[in-house]
Amino acid sequence: MQDIIGQLEAKREAARQGGGPERIERQHGQGKLTARERIELFLDAGSFEEWDMFVEHRCVDFGMDRQKIPGDGVVTGYGTVCGRLVFVFSQDFTLFGGSLSMAHARKICKIMDHAIKVGAPVVGLNDSGGARIQEGVDALAGYADVFQRNVLASGVIPQISLIMGPCAGGAVYSPAMTDFIFMVKNTSYMFVTGPEVVKTVTHEQVTAEELGGALTHTSRSGVADLAFENDVEALLMLRRFINFLPASNREKPPVWPCNDPAEREEHSLDTLVPDDPNKPYDMKELIEKIVDEGDFFELQPDYAANIVIGLARMQGSTVGIVANQPLVLAGCLDMDSSRKAGRFVRFCDAFNIPIITLVDVPGFLPGTSQEYGGIIKHGAKLLYAYAEATVPKVTVITRKAYGGAYDVMSSKHLRGDVNFAWPTAEIAVMGSKGAVEIIFRRESNDEEKLRQRTDEYSRRFANPFVAGSRGFIDDVIMPHKTRTRICRSLAMLREKKLENPWRKHGNIPL
Amino acid sequence: MFNKILIANRGEIACRIIRTARRMGIATVAVYSDADRHALHVRMADEAVHIGPAPATESYLRMDRIVDACRRTGAEAVHPGYGFLSENPRFREALQAEEIVFIGPPAAAIRAMGDKITSKRLAAEAGVNVIPGFDGILEDGEQAVREAARIGYPVMLKATAGGGGKGMRIARNEEECRQGFERARSEAGSSFGDERILIEKFIEQPRHIEIQVMADSHGNIVFLPERECSLQRRHQKIIEEAPSPFLDQATREEMGEQAVRLARAVDYTSAGTVEFIVDRERNFYFLEMNTRLQVEHPVTEMVTGLDLVELMIRVAAGEALGLRQEEIRSNGWAMECRVYAEDPATDFLPSTGRLVRYQPPEAEHGRIRVDTGVFEGGAISMYYDPMIAKLVTWGPDRDQAIFTMQEALDEYVIRGVRHNINFLAALMAHPRFRQGELSTSFIDEEFPHGFRDCDVVQESPALPLIVAAIMHRLYMDRAARISGQLPGHERRVLDNWVVVTGGRYHEITVRPFQADQGYRVDFEGQHFGIKTDWSFCQHILRGVINNQRFAMQVERTGLGYRLQHRGVTTEALVLTPRAAELHRLMPCRQEAGCSRSLLSPMPGLLVKISVKEGELVRCGQELAVIEAMKMENVLRAPVSATVGTIVCRPGDCLSVGQVILEFE
Repeated sequence: MQDIIGQLEAKREAARQGGGPERIERQHGQGKLTARERIELFLDAGSFEEWDMFVEHRCVDFGMDRQKIPGDGVVTGYGTVCGRLVFVFSQDFTLFGGSLSMAHARKICKIMDHAIKVGAPVVGLNDSGGARIQEGVDALAGYADVFQRNVLASGVIPQISLIMGPCAGGAVYSPAMTDFIFMVKNTSYMFVTGPEVVKTVTHEQVTAEELGGALTHTSRSGVADLAFENDVEALLMLRRFINFLPASNREKPPVWPCNDPAEREEHSLDTLVPDDPNKPYDMKELIEKIVDEGDFFELQPDYAANIVIGLARMQGSTVGIVANQPLVLAGCLDMDSSRKAGRFVRFCDAFNIPIITLVDVPGFLPGTSQEYGGIIKHGAKLLYAYAEATVPKVTVITRKAYGGAYDVMSSKHLRGDVNFAWPTAEIAVMGSKGAVEIIFRRESNDEEKLRQRTDEYSRRFANPFVAGSRGFIDDVIMPHKTRTRICRSLAMLREKKLENPWRKHGNIPL
Repeated sequence: MFNKILIANRGEIACRIIRTARRMGIATVAVYSDADRHALHVRMADEAVHIGPAPATESYLRMDRIVDACRRTGAEAVHPGYGFLSENPRFREALQAEEIVFIGPPAAAIRAMGDKITSKRLAAEAGVNVIPGFDGILEDGEQAVREAARIGYPVMLKATAGGGGKGMRIARNEEECRQGFERARSEAGSSFGDERILIEKFIEQPRHIEIQVMADSHGNIVFLPERECSLQRRHQKIIEEAPSPFLDQATREEMGEQAVRLARAVDYTSAGTVEFIVDRERNFYFLEMNTRLQVEHPVTEMVTGLDLVELMIRVAAGEALGLRQEEIRSNGWAMECRVYAEDPATDFLPSTGRLVRYQPPEAEHGRIRVDTGVFEGGAISMYYDPMIAKLVTWGPDRDQAIFTMQEALDEYVIRGVRHNINFLAALMAHPRFRQGELSTSFIDEEFPHGFRDCDVVQESPALPLIVAAIMHRLYMDRAARISGQLPGHERRVLDNWVVVTGGRYHEITVRPFQADQGYRVDFEGQHFGIKTDWSFCQHILRGVINNQRFAMQVERTGLGYRLQHRGVTTEALVLTPRAAELHRLMPCRQEAGCSRSLLSPMPGLLVKISVKEGELVRCGQELAVIEAMKMENVLRAPVSATVGTIVCRPGDCLSVGQVILEFE
């Protein structure tokens, strides 16, 4: 017995050492923490329960049988974030470069299976050179096992990937299937093929950072949701993010005490929409003034900024926000913004998070680049997502709600539960000038007449009353009352029950 | 007394006049331009008349429209406020022609005092001290040099029509004098359309002290306690106080009597101000007379208890002053700070935009007064003066007036535009200001590199760090009450923390103290007891630390906190000891260089390029405007950089990703 305990201690010590002091120093030298330090920061102090510390790989080729280290390059287990259960795996770059072996993959699969069973999020801290090449197809099988679980867990438990080092080749597809991808600036990158391969095949010269760094994926590709300055900031912000999410699709989102009054009036919102209909304004001001404590956790702020998405709370309980941003591209919908918002709406719907939609949309972005890029199908994704969603949906039209984009943005027609309009709302097929040019094409030479017609059209449609008379909006509200009215609507919708017809799954236009 | 008056002005002064008129039972009419449709003065007045487009030349300076507004509303008198038409004698005459009373001095007095040469001559004749100089217009540079030799260097060359520092040059020798003359003349020509240049002795380290006079049409004239307005930036006053910390009783009385003599000499009525410059030996010289209500009049009101606007209205209505010189008392000390939308870090460049948050400190009768013309959600327009408000405080002595001002500035919340609150707070904390060692060059001397956080004298550098730790503790304690925790494994928040600021790590212990709902804090060997009723949605954290009150502006920024107190903005991160240990391993990074060109983010029409080649732009500054989707989209600098080649021209049609301009 004493002997066994001695051996146990030795094994534990070996596992804790990871790749050894030299490699740990090198890891620190790159501004990166070790796999265990990361878990320590992320979870509540002392809450981590580690599993499979003694797992070793079974590869014998290329001298691998002489290199066995307990844990095999990944630390797995569970713990708590603010007392709430979270499963976590953290790849150890100091050990075999964090490469994924069959044994490594099995460890990840084990916690994923448990997470699905008990209904708790899985957080992956990725820092891996890729597949363990010495293992060949075993490693590939390992990846696929993880992919399969990612898919089965999708929509059942929240899955979050934090990329804290390299993530290349097939490895990217596991994070790609999780709900959110966060990255660390300067130390993380993701790509399917690396700079060397790119150079050989296409003769393009590109650095790893340019090809797949945090900036690239948060501003150009939209693959990642947020980029953080360093490991510490990333892990602590991830704790904040977890606090928004329900543990699984069986639960409502978490609640915490909030003393920001639901009746808080923001009179400055009455002047948010400028007199000049062509002047932009910052929709984020509206968001920050209506949500609890102005605390808005924005996602993908630098990608497709013409739509704003993120999580916030109303009366202590999580809500998802989707809002057109007039500051960028006039807030129009295009391919990127439709996909960005569409995926977010589906996430909220899967996890019982009510959706607040703030609308100021002049339409879809015209042009060949959009049509050739398939705006029809991309726009349809957002439409599909809203139409399919059964969570509480509250919509506020602040200004423009034109054309098909009006329909898309959580309109009454797509089962919007409560649809409000500000007095400045204009709900119409298009702007007055464009409309008149079509309706009165024959009078197009007579400027004076055209102006009269435009005024006439504006009087008729540049207001919320026509939509109101049809019941397409439930009420016209004063901007300063927006928070109060949304809070009340959400309270009313708390026990909303709505189910879509049974099917194997829908066929969203991918 | 009048039944209805019109206020031919905007902003805080219009609001201030409306308040007095309302108290006197007089109905008010506001006028407004397109830009002021939703302005506060329009909301406050009983009636409001639109008088034209945003530029002042087409609205607030249009006498015809204002006279017309009087006619339409039946206003019997007009208060012009300051600026705009307040010192325009023709405006007074235009009103007179319609039998509308001008609440201000007679046209002749305005005219006489409006011209620097005439006013100086009249002052000298009335026995007022004037600066040694040449009594006339300089013909050329050579004459300037001759006169300068007679007066003695240094000399000041200035435009007769001048003001605001334009057309002014200081010369310390012949060469500078010759050049200064040419420069001043060309500047005067282009700025005022009047090339006449004067020369006079230049007073070194001068103080600016002024006397308020009040006169009625029955021959009564009194002077009120002096105001010192030495603190100026860009030749504009920024802090004023009454009385002056420099004058003695004899000088004070002599100045007052000379001011009254001048007013009498021009048959003055209503409120006026005689400005003097005072040298180090308390010699004082006439500078000019302002024939209107001054911006800084509230400090006089705070120490005398008078309402100058009320007096102006009564005098204009023909009433006698009913106030004898010997009845005027000066009580305590008043301090005024002008709150501007401007950036002290970039040579006080004006800032415009929407006031996303605007919460002035609460007014308290006789102690804190806020004369403001804006409201949260309103805008600072590019068309007018960027003054947001005047913050005035009173105390039984100068130190207490300053202390109250410091507290009030701590509570002044402005977001959305750049502002000078921190700079004002830094001035209040400045030891030389505290000692009353003022001069008009104070700011240039004490802040030669512009305003930087590191220049601020901090009285309690520990306070922001303690507050950050307490905020963090409050947030953590609340998060620990989230639903859905594992039974028996609930989150426990510990007491030991590390505050990280400016790359330094400070250990701190924050213990909740249940008995009085406060916190016990141990920080750098000192113990603090803190109580606060702050809740997460508030922008100001008020509390008591070791039995002393404080208020601090607080903001959560991602992971950290931003705290603004006594002129200093502190960014702090609060970590557990273990997280701090790991945080030390994180590299400090400089902002990585961004894209070297400005690309069009959308197809559209380039409407405007807002910068020039070679111009230094700050991060966030407007670079170009693109019209797309019938909307104007402003493109801003992603980083601070120098503009290189401008590739596109206004009117160009842009495609996505097209280069508009390049940075160097």
